[in-house]
Amino acid sequence: MQRQFDWGRFLLIAIPFLWLLIFFLLPFAIVVKISLSDTANALPPYVPTLNLSEGWSGITSFFSQLDLESFAWLLDDKIYFLSYLNSLKIAFISTLLTLLIGYPMAYGLAKAPQRWRTVLLMLVILPFWTSFLIRVYAWIGILKPEGLLNMGLMSIGLIDQPLAIINTPTAVYIGIVYSYLPFLVLPLYATLEKLDQTLIEAALDLGCSPIQAFWKVTFPLSLPGVVAGCFLVFIPAMGEFVIPDLLGGSDTIMIGKTLWSEFFGNRDWPVASAVAVVLLLSLVVPIVIFQRIQERQREAEA
Amino acid sequence: MADAPEQRKVFAPWLDTTQKPLIRFENVTKRFGDYTALDNLTLDIYEREFFALLGPSGCGKTTMLRLLAGFETPTSGRILIGGEDISHVPPNKRPVNMMFQSYALFPHMTVEKNIGFGLKQEGQSAEAINERVKEMLALVQLEPFAQRKPHQLSGGQRQRVALARSLAKRPTLLLLDEPLGALDKKLREKTQFELMTLQEKLGMTFMIVTHDQEEAMTMASRIAVMDKGVVMQLDTPSDIYEAPNSRYVADFIGNVNFIECTVISHNGQEYQLKDKQGNQFRLISEVQLETGSTIWLAVRPEKVIVSKEQPQGDVNAVQGIVWDIAYSGDTSTYHVRLPDGTTLKSEMANLRRVRNRPITWEDTVWLSWSLTAAVPLKR
Ligand SMILES: Nc1ncnc2c1ncn2[C@@H]1O[C@H](COP(=O)(O)OP(=O)(O)O)[C@@H](O)[C@H]1O
Ligand SMILES: [Mg+2]
Repeated sequence: MQRQFDWGRFLLIAIPFLWLLIFFLLPFAIVVKISLSDTANALPPYVPTLNLSEGWSGITSFFSQLDLESFAWLLDDKIYFLSYLNSLKIAFISTLLTLLIGYPMAYGLAKAPQRWRTVLLMLVILPFWTSFLIRVYAWIGILKPEGLLNMGLMSIGLIDQPLAIINTPTAVYIGIVYSYLPFLVLPLYATLEKLDQTLIEAALDLGCSPIQAFWKVTFPLSLPGVVAGCFLVFIPAMGEFVIPDLLGGSDTIMIGKTLWSEFFGNRDWPVASAVAVVLLLSLVVPIVIFQRIQERQREAEA
Repeated sequence: MADAPEQRKVFAPWLDTTQKPLIRFENVTKRFGDYTALDNLTLDIYEREFFALLGPSGCGKTTMLRLLAGFETPTSGRILIGGEDISHVPPNKRPVNMMFQSYALFPHMTVEKNIGFGLKQEGQSAEAINERVKEMLALVQLEPFAQRKPHQLSGGQRQRVALARSLAKRPTLLLLDEPLGALDKKLREKTQFELMTLQEKLGMTFMIVTHDQEEAMTMASRIAVMDKGVVMQLDTPSDIYEAPNSRYVADFIGNVNFIECTVISHNGQEYQLKDKQGNQFRLISEVQLETGSTIWLAVRPEKVIVSKEQPQGDVNAVQGIVWDIAYSGDTSTYHVRLPDGTTLKSEMANLRRVRNRPITWEDTVWLSWSLTAAVPLKR
């Protein structure tokens, strides 16, 4: 029996691949290409550009002009390495802070009476209805010296000098934790919500206090949700640009900001592209780890 | 006789007034909102009993266990263990362990860790835990599976891990919530036997929930038959079967025929009864029946004999037509339609091969039972 070629199936699989090809792989190839080029006072501001009218010799001369100069440059100047390192540190600490705040929230949500849950979940999702940019701007209004927070604290007499929060790393942490909290709470809630309640009862039955039962049963079984949530915070926080730009000071260097200033400030597209390529490659590692963990989790559940 | 088996002492602490109960439910009521799951329950359970809770789904069996384990608190009334009110002792401080209906094995721990969990919680030394876990693994014959995770085990193996885990701490009272529900018939019967042996060997008190009447009959020292949060009858298996106190209990345990009768007269313990059709029955019973009152005669099908010839001697007999024969291997159940349209069942051992059976469909037959075979029920 010959098998009929299944066009429906083919299309179904082809569409997401096509999407990735056009909107991810192709742009990435262009960025890689630019990172291998040299700056030039031209439009676009780099050479070489591919000239197909010259035929084969055009192609060979195009490839011969590509080099790793921009990447070498990244190693030369300490600023890039420091930016990566600082991004890593900020992403790591804010992920930890988000987890510390998000875990109790997700736990509370999962334990809340059924009739309250939808409302509480809505409250977690609600901020998404406003633009991300506007919400970050709003934090300036809260954190600046004459902002809501300082005014409030001073009016109740807790402080007599405005706290310097805006334009410091603290403001960046606040911004990141605030912006990415739902990304951690939602997957964690999903994990905690489907946790079998009788397991907790079994732990109590076998002599655990409620707190011990949490650490021995609830927490280990919620780890998949913790891992998923942490990666969903860590990965975008690593490349974050808007929050450090708006809330952080000039001393808060993050790789996203460095990339921006290379691109728009120095108009050095090849170096900016090289920074982007390295950032992406450095993120591939945690993304792959994340995928592997998720896959193993799914296998264990099956 | 020289080699006669040693006379076993009858185990019946509930008859001994000097015995103190291990567990006492005192007017315990449990409500969930408006819904009354347990209604003013009072009962005693003694040490070393194998106590069975039997009843249809939703009658409050699990609720009773959860009250004992400490996951629920009574709305009113008291629960005593060893004479002490435990209503407000948290679950982790009770000398009670539970084997959950769903087993509730910790999925992130190996079989070994699961079994040792309660011991580790008690703060026992690693060697002590190790030794006890080995002992438990041997008991449930799971030594080769010590390092497996629960999802790598079959249903029967998980059930045995759950049992081992609940036994490991040597609880005063072990609660088993439909422990054998997930097993097939053969394995269930084998496990029932193992549980009984185990209980006797360990000298522990077991309280088992089941909705399988045969299971309760086989294993229990006493059975509480429940309906809608109320204990209908609390007795030994044979008393429940032979002397049910209500149509509900008689019907729940095994098969039964009911005949509605009026008491006409009596001479000592021998009663004269009449059904609606005018058939007269005789009954010898220790139960006091009032002349003129309406009662139900409960007759077990295996105590009803079906025959072609009119039975002779001191028996009750009615005539009818064979309506259906349900063959179940060792026995056949004859459904006999009486002139008034009601059906009585008779269960007969298949002593001969079915082909040689003298009675078949549409035959006119006699049903008979002895004067002591029926039980009169007032409700
Ligand atoms: N936590 C609860 N909230 C509300 N109703 C409950 C709760 N637990 C049990 N019930 C109700 O109490 C009744 C008895 O339940 P249960 O003891 O589990 O019955 P079963 O005899 O089948 O084990 C059921 O009708 C059930 O719906
Ligand atoms: Mg139940």
